[in-house]
Amino acid sequence: MKILVNGAWRNTGATDLATALHELGYADAVVATALNGQFVPAGSRTNARLAEGDRLEILAPMQGG
Amino acid sequence: MLQVYGTELRSRLLLGTSRYPSPAILTQAVEASRAQVVTVSLRRESSGERAGQGFWSIIRELGVRVLPNTAGCHSVKEAVTTAQMAREVFGTPWIKLEVIGEDDTLQPDVFGLVEAARILAADGFEVFPYTTEDLVVADRLVDAGCRVLMPWGAPIGSGRGLNNLFGLKALRAHFPDVPLVIDAGIGVPSHAAQAMELGFDAVLINTAVAQAADPVRMAAAFAQAVEAGCEARLAGPMEPRDLAEPSTPVIGTAFLR
Repeated sequence: MKILVNGAWRNTGATDLATALHELGYADAVVATALNGQFVPAGSRTNARLAEGDRLEILAPMQGG
Repeated sequence: MLQVYGTELRSRLLLGTSRYPSPAILTQAVEASRAQVVTVSLRRESSGERAGQGFWSIIRELGVRVLPNTAGCHSVKEAVTTAQMAREVFGTPWIKLEVIGEDDTLQPDVFGLVEAARILAADGFEVFPYTTEDLVVADRLVDAGCRVLMPWGAPIGSGRGLNNLFGLKALRAHFPDVPLVIDAGIGVPSHAAQAMELGFDAVLINTAVAQAADPVRMAAAFAQAVEAGCEARLAGPMEPRDLAEPSTPVIGTAFLR
């Protein structure tokens, strides 16, 4: 299915957020996730089901003022 | 010593980590500033570049506290969600809450700010709200659970110093016991010294250091200015006068006409 990852369409075979992160190459990265605008804590990623057209945001530490 | 949310800080200079010429210069600038708190942010991470992972390891090596921000958020929902994500990634309840209301001045949307502050404080966050010098808004923020306020000196990145001295002095007088940190608009060390002389508890600086020709040297200059301003405040500055008053004693002046 196709989901929107950080604003770009990606194909994924994963049906949950934890598996999708692995598949997309974020397995060991320090990131926070939001699905369709809702924060998904790291501990809840396995239970977060993905659906066609979902919007996934994957954020990491960055310079800030 | 400055106390914010139960944490004691020796340094009254908080430093932003953005817009430095290189990661090495950022590291040296943080060290030269003697800052114990640096601000950080969250942005989209590309799985290929992993820029965020590299940045985060640089910050961790510095051994400073981080104050994550919600920069770029224009709505309460965005700011609250960003704060929740920041708490998990950075492992701190501290959040520098920004809800931007206007793009040319990056003026805070104070209505959204109060609403977001209330939601976050109730959820256990320790909120550092980026606000204006407006007394009523400040009152509402304290009501919402903020134990620190961060009024702007001037628009973010403008380097114009303390735009509204009267308003800032009134804010200081109105909240003698709330730590007040001047956030945004400081351009040169004299602005920072002035803020400290007026009795503000700390200053947060980013662009003025990062965009200086020599950021490391400027970071050290700011450290000295903040310390000087703080000492001056404690020393009790004289009252200004309209007319001259001779500083050399008049008694005993020779008659040489």
